[in-house]
Amino acid sequence: MRAFRYHRPADVADAVAVLGAEPQAAYLGGGTNLVDLMKLGVQRPDLLVDVTGLPLDSVEELPDGGLRVGATVRNSDLAAHPVVRRDYPVLARALLAAASGQLRNMATTGGNLLQRTRCVYFQDTGKACNKRAPGSGCAALHGQNRDLAVLDWSEQCVATHPSDLAVALAALDTVVEVHETDGTRDIPITALYRSPGAHPERETTLARGALITAIRLPPLPAARRSTYLKVRDRASFAFAVGSVAAVLDLDGGVVRDVRLAYGAVAHRPWRAYRAEAELRGRMFSPELAGRAADVELAEARPLRHNGFKVPLTRAITVRVLSELASS
Amino acid sequence: MSTGAVGRAYPRLEGREKVTGTARYAVEYPVDGVTYGWAVPSAVVRGRITRVDTAEALASPGVLAVLHHGNAPRLAPGPQPEVWLLQEPAVHYRGQFVAVVVATSLEAAREGARLVRIDYDTGPHSTVLAADHPGLYRPDKVNPNYPTDTAEGDFDAGYAAAPVRVDATYRTPAYHNNPMEPHATTAHWRDGRLLVHDSTQGASLVRATLAELFEVPPESVRVIAEHVGGGFGSKGYAKASVVLAALAARHVDRPVRLALTRQQLFGPVGYRTPIIQRVRLAADADGRLTAICHDAISQTSTIREFAEQTAVYTRSMYAAPHRRTTHRLVRLDVPTPFWMRAPGECPGAYALESAMDELATAVGIDPVELRIRNDAQVDPDQGRPFTSRNLVACLRDGAQRFGWADRDPTPRARRDGRWLIGTGVAGSSYPARARPSSATATARPDGSFLVRINATDIGTGARTAMWQVAADALGVPPERVEIRIGDSDLPTAAVAGGSMGTASWSWAVIRAGQALREKLRDLPGDEPSGEVTVEVSTDDEVGGQPTLPRYAYGAQFVEVRVDADTGEVRLNRMLGVFAAGRIVNPTTARSQLVGGMTMGLSMALHEEGLLDERYGDWVNHDLATYHITVCPDVESIEAYWLDEQDDELNPAGVKGIGEIGIVGAAAAVANAVHHATGVRIRELPIRVDKLVGLSALA
Repeated sequence: MRAFRYHRPADVADAVAVLGAEPQAAYLGGGTNLVDLMKLGVQRPDLLVDVTGLPLDSVEELPDGGLRVGATVRNSDLAAHPVVRRDYPVLARALLAAASGQLRNMATTGGNLLQRTRCVYFQDTGKACNKRAPGSGCAALHGQNRDLAVLDWSEQCVATHPSDLAVALAALDTVVEVHETDGTRDIPITALYRSPGAHPERETTLARGALITAIRLPPLPAARRSTYLKVRDRASFAFAVGSVAAVLDLDGGVVRDVRLAYGAVAHRPWRAYRAEAELRGRMFSPELAGRAADVELAEARPLRHNGFKVPLTRAITVRVLSELASS
Repeated sequence: MSTGAVGRAYPRLEGREKVTGTARYAVEYPVDGVTYGWAVPSAVVRGRITRVDTAEALASPGVLAVLHHGNAPRLAPGPQPEVWLLQEPAVHYRGQFVAVVVATSLEAAREGARLVRIDYDTGPHSTVLAADHPGLYRPDKVNPNYPTDTAEGDFDAGYAAAPVRVDATYRTPAYHNNPMEPHATTAHWRDGRLLVHDSTQGASLVRATLAELFEVPPESVRVIAEHVGGGFGSKGYAKASVVLAALAARHVDRPVRLALTRQQLFGPVGYRTPIIQRVRLAADADGRLTAICHDAISQTSTIREFAEQTAVYTRSMYAAPHRRTTHRLVRLDVPTPFWMRAPGECPGAYALESAMDELATAVGIDPVELRIRNDAQVDPDQGRPFTSRNLVACLRDGAQRFGWADRDPTPRARRDGRWLIGTGVAGSSYPARARPSSATATARPDGSFLVRINATDIGTGARTAMWQVAADALGVPPERVEIRIGDSDLPTAAVAGGSMGTASWSWAVIRAGQALREKLRDLPGDEPSGEVTVEVSTDDEVGGQPTLPRYAYGAQFVEVRVDADTGEVRLNRMLGVFAAGRIVNPTTARSQLVGGMTMGLSMALHEEGLLDERYGDWVNHDLATYHITVCPDVESIEAYWLDEQDDELNPAGVKGIGEIGIVGAAAAVANAVHHATGVRIRELPIRVDKLVGLSALA
C-alpha cells in the first residue's frame, strides 16, 4: 500500500486549505471505508487529513425545531440521541440497520454520506470500472449485478449508493453544510449526489477540497411517524438489497404529507417524488401505496440479475406505509 | 478408564490464552530480522507469462526481492501441482500465484506487489460448469477412493414401474471455506534446516510435502501449528502460503512471514465445486423406496483431478432394490476444488434429503416416517450390517424434542401475521474412519505424565480431548497429564480432517498409555528414578482393521419463517440429534455440532461464490459480499446426542463429530421453506430474489 502522510488540522479552515493545496489528499473520518479501499489500492491518497479531532462532534437543537448534527458525530451516538429517537425515528432506525456495532462506533456522519459504492468491480483493481478508472469500462453492466441499480443507471456505471443513513436523510429534506476554500455553502442532500451519466467518477456536487461540517434536519413534526425498513441477504451486517425511508402524515385517513426515499436502487439515495405526488391528497390504502410505488418504479430498467428489486421495493413501500398508517 | 475424564465437560486447555490474545498463530511469532512476503496472483485465466518486469517493484522503498518463475529456487515436482509454484511460465487459472514480493514491512511488500509488471500470452478459457458441457467425462474414481459409478438391480425398469416418482435437479454454487485465520506461514531456513510456523490441519503432512518439494530429508523440516484458526478442509494439505514463504525465505536468506489475503482465499486454496445433481426416487404406495438414482456433475481443474464424491452418500443411506449412482466431471480453467466441510456427504445429502421430502409430499407420508420406513440395517452398498446405525433413534428423539407430532403436512398452512411458518426434517450420516498415528507417553519422577502426538487443534478442542483420553489411558486424574500437540517433531499423526482426528489420535494415545502402564508395572522397585517413555504406532492395528460400514448418523429439524411480501427467511429454531459413538467432551462436542449446523444453514440461505466468466474468478471475494450466517439469522440452535456404544470402531469408541453437523442441515432448511411457502427452491442459496412476492401468489 502507498506510503502516506498524516495531518491533524488545527481547525476547519486549515483542513480545507491543506486539502485544497494537496491534489492527492483525502479526509479521514472513521476510516471504516477509506482504509479498506487504501489497502485494496482503490484509493491511493498521499496525505490523510484527520478531521475527527475538529470540534464537529455535537448535536444541537435549533431554534426552529430542527436539529444540526456535526459531521464527526459517530453513527452510534446519533442513533442513540434522544431527540433523534423521538423526532426522527426513521433516522435512528436507518443508522441501526447499517453495518455492525463496532463499525457504527467508528463511522462518522459526514463520512457515512461520502462512502463509496460496494460494487465488487469498483473494489477490485483487476477489473474494469469507470468510477475507479475512468474510461476502463463498466464490468458490472453485463457481469454479476444482482446488488446494483435498477433506476437511473448509465452504460458507464450501474453502481448503487450503499448508505442507509443517506436514504433517511433524503426523505427528511436534510441540508448538508459544507465548508469550501472560499466560504460555506448549504446543499440539499438530494442535490449532493449525482447521477452516474458519462462521469460516474464524479459522485457528488462537492468542490475539490470541500468539507462537510454538519447536516441540518429541518423541523418536521410529521417525522415522529416515520420509519426505515431494510431488506438484506442476512439478518444483520449486510448492505441493503432494498430499503425504504418513509414519513407519513394522515388527516382523517387522507394523506396530508408523505416523504419517501429508496435505497439500493440507484447511484444515489432515491427520493420518490412521483410516488409522493401520487399519494398526497388521497385517502390512504395499501392499494394506493402499491400504485404509488408502481408510478415511481415505472422507469426501472432491471439488469440481468436484479429484476427482483422492483417487486421487492414495491412490497416494502406498501408494507412501510401501511404500518405507518395504522400506527 | 477408571477415572473417567472422557465424557466429562472441560473447558479448552488453551481457552484463556485464546480469549486474552496471547495464543500465537502462524504469523504472530516474534522472529528476529523477519521480512514480509506478499503473493502476486495472475491477472489472466489461461496463458503464459512472457515477461516479468521487476524494476519498479525493486526500486520501491523496503522491497528486498521479487521471486517469480525465472528466479525462484527450484522445487521437485510432486503430486500436488497447486503448490509447485513459481516454477513455470504457464498460468492455469486466474489467481494462480505467479510472484512473491519480499520487503521489510507488510505495507512495502503490498506496494511492491502492485508494481510488478507481468505480460502474458493468453488463450480462450472455460470456467463455467454446465450439465451439457462438451468436456464432461467419467473419472476413474471419486474421492478419496470410491468407485465412480455403482448399479444394483435395474434402475430404469424399477423406476418406470413404480406408482410414485420424483425426478428433481438440485444446484449448488461454489462455496469457499473461509477460516477466520487465513492460510499463513512464517518460514525460516537455518543451516539447511527449515522451520515453519504454519496454519495447517496437519503438520506431519506439511513436513512431508516440504521435504519432497525442497528435496531435503524430512528430519530437516519442522512444522509447528500450535494454534490454528480454522480450516474446514482447506488446510488439509500444504498450501500456497507455506510453499511461497519457504521459497522466499530461502531466496532472501531471512525469515519470511506470508499470509494470504481474504480475497486470495477464494480459489487458490481450494473451494467446494459447484454441483448439478439429479435425483430420481421411486416408491410404492406405502412409501417404500423401489428405485434410487443419483447423478452428480461437478468440476475440476486442468492441473489435477479432484472428484467430489457427491453421490456416495446415497449408496448407503436408504435401501431399495434398484439403485444407481454416477459422477461426471469437467476440467475447467479454474483452481482445483478441494475438501470443504464434509466433501461429498454435505452436497449429496442436500440433494437426496430434499428429494426424500419431495417424495414424502408425493406419496402423502410424513417425512420422518418415510425415512424410518426406508431405514437399512445392512449397508445397501457393501452388503454387510452397519456396525451401528441409529438413524431411526435420532429421528424419533429429534421429533419428540422438536414437537414434530401432529404436524399439518399442508404447505403454507401456518401463518403468524406477515410470516409464513414451516418445518422441515432431514437425515444425516458421515463415515467413521481412522488413520494410523503414533504417540509417546512419558512417566516423570514427580508422578506427572507427558503425552506427545502431532495432533492438530484447529479450534475444535482436540488438545483438550486428547488430554482427557490420555488421563484415562494412564489411569490418573487429568491434572497430572501434560499433552503436547501441533509440532511435526512430535510423533507423526493423522491430519485433522475427515472427522477422523479424535478416532485416529485417541487410538495411539490409548495404546501409548496402556504400554506405559505395562512397562511401569514390569519395572523393578516401586518408583522409577528417571523418566520412562514408550512410543507406539497404530500402523498395524489400524491397517489390519476389517473393512466394515461404520457411520455416524443424525436427524436435523428446522422451523423457518418466511416474510410473505419480501421473501426474507429466518430460522425460529434448528435442532439436531446425533449418534456418533462416544462423546469425549460435551462442551467442545456441542460447539462442533452447532458449528456444523450453522454452516448448513449458511449454505442453505447465504453462501454463494459468484463467478464472472469473463474474468474467470469469483467477484464477491470478501466477507462483506460473500455472506455467512450471523447470529440473528437463527433464534435457537440445539444439538443433542444419543448414548451409543460401538465396539467395532476404535479403542475410544468415537465416530467423529467434525462434519456430521452440516450434513442434511441445508436440506432441512429447504424442506422447511417449502412447507412454509409451497415453493420448492432447488437452487441454493434460498434468498429474497427467489421468494419475493409470495403474498401475490396467495
